[in-house]
Amino acid sequence: MIELKGVRKDYGDGVSIGPVDLQIPAGGITALVGPNGAGKSTLLTIIGRLLGADSGSIEIAGYDIARTPSKDLAKIVSILRQENHFVTRLTVRQLVGFGRFPHSKGRITRQDQEIISRAIEFFDLGPLENRYLDQLSGGQRQRAYVAMVLCQDTDYVLLDEPLNNLDMRHSVLMMQHLRRAADELGRTVVIVLHDINFAAHYADRICAVKNGRVVEFGTPQEIVVDDTLTRVFDTPVTCVDGPNGPLAVYYR
Amino acid sequence: MPETMPVSAEPAVAAPPAELPTSDVFPNPKARRRYWILLAGLSLLACFFAVGTLVWNNPMPFGSSGFWRITEMRATSLVVIAIVVVCQATATVAFQTATNNRIITPSIMGFEALYVAISTAAVYFLGAVGVVALQGTPQFLLQIALMVFFSLVLYGWLLSGKYGNLQVMLLVGIILGGGLGSVSTFMQRLLTPSEFDILTARLFGSVSNADASYLPVAIPLCLAAAAALWWRARKLNLVALGRDITTNLGLNHRREIMIVLFLVSVLMAVSTALIGPMTFLGFLVATLAYQFANTYDHRYVFPVAVLTGFVILTGAYFVLKNIFYAEGAVSIIIEAVGGSVFLYVLLRKGRL
Repeated sequence: MIELKGVRKDYGDGVSIGPVDLQIPAGGITALVGPNGAGKSTLLTIIGRLLGADSGSIEIAGYDIARTPSKDLAKIVSILRQENHFVTRLTVRQLVGFGRFPHSKGRITRQDQEIISRAIEFFDLGPLENRYLDQLSGGQRQRAYVAMVLCQDTDYVLLDEPLNNLDMRHSVLMMQHLRRAADELGRTVVIVLHDINFAAHYADRICAVKNGRVVEFGTPQEIVVDDTLTRVFDTPVTCVDGPNGPLAVYYR
Repeated sequence: MPETMPVSAEPAVAAPPAELPTSDVFPNPKARRRYWILLAGLSLLACFFAVGTLVWNNPMPFGSSGFWRITEMRATSLVVIAIVVVCQATATVAFQTATNNRIITPSIMGFEALYVAISTAAVYFLGAVGVVALQGTPQFLLQIALMVFFSLVLYGWLLSGKYGNLQVMLLVGIILGGGLGSVSTFMQRLLTPSEFDILTARLFGSVSNADASYLPVAIPLCLAAAAALWWRARKLNLVALGRDITTNLGLNHRREIMIVLFLVSVLMAVSTALIGPMTFLGFLVATLAYQFANTYDHRYVFPVAVLTGFVILTGAYFVLKNIFYAEGAVSIIIEAVGGSVFLYVLLRKGRL
């Protein structure tokens, strides 16, 4: 379980996050949704200890992230941000291998190799594993990054908009992979999503964030309702029954 | 026996162990073989130039006391070259990793500007004797201490604040370096031509600037800092992936950067205080090492960088001394070649 108590982050100029009190149960996929600038990504980076909160406490699986050593947290929770730029030239397999660092400290064992192979297979990256990252398309590269985070073998996986820049097919594939990671590998996935319909279809829980606060938290059936979405996104939304569950229609 | 069943069935299902994919530091076995061949080749060249520098064209008859004295002096220059190369190569590779930028060298952080300012100030205030006043082990140590202190203040101030930011730190370093350079230029204008002449000789990086009496201090400092960086090579591999990924994988990024920058400043200070400014040597060597080594792993990049640097520096000395009889021009040549390589790499690849 991820538990936030009174988490705040002030940016001055009246811009602030929180106070946020939130409990994300273990297991399944929880989607953070909300309008631009609502603070979804910031909240996720605070949970993933990439950004310090000004006050409040966060516990992941009972570990206080402010007090637990970072190297131990790296075996409990992993986080992937939207943009990852570096000058090092890596192959897919080398990148995924970095996910084993918290366990093997850079000395990759035979057992690590097997875990790396499994993560690569899991994301259908087998034919690409010896290609360099700069030789891949955006969707393939995104999959490689997510494979690295999964290879870290943490119970909690935080992903910041992994569908960014992916086309329809790759978005669906990515969500199917994450669904399998949650169902078959028992991971708790917390994910920032832009598209409410992806959240409604693939997530077990939806957490709506607005103006730095959590305004709604519930199952897709509870959240994907005309009034709620209209209120959260400040735009008229009509929910209809689609072939595979409810669909939010917001095109006008 | 039940155990034999899966063993005999295994090759049909899984690939044989020899072809098992590995997350090697090299993308494929060919690259690994190429690396070791290259390392052997560089070592051979390094030995060749080192021996050549030692024994080639010794004017005295073999075995005479003059012969041994000349050989000893040449051996001292070789040691100086080795120190400078270890300093510049490891410092530049580590600095580029810490800053996640392959087109800068640590000399832009103001080490050389500070060295030039100190030397100029000494001549400006004390006259020609100022150059002499700067020589001696205590003065050498003091110069190193000043340069390390200068950079530590800069890193400490700019990296630990609330808005701690690497880019801002680099920019401030460049601006401070530029400011020190202007002050030096101003003082140089007011020198007499003869004093200026003496000063200029000090301001071109040259192995002949080095005083053998500094070596007992310089060698341990250089080796300790380089060994510390080598020791952290696996962490450096991670730091190269940027702050977010590093933190996610459980390494304290800011702490790691501070340690690396401290070690880099020690190495750069030793090299600069020993022989003077060598702006492009580090860049040249690091750029070539990345091209040669074809791996992300610092444990493999460092040796290639050091050996490449040693071959370039000893080679340049050997050729210039024995073919063109222009020993003093070495650093000028290296700066010219280094500058050209810099431009070539930048324009051709657009990626380093």
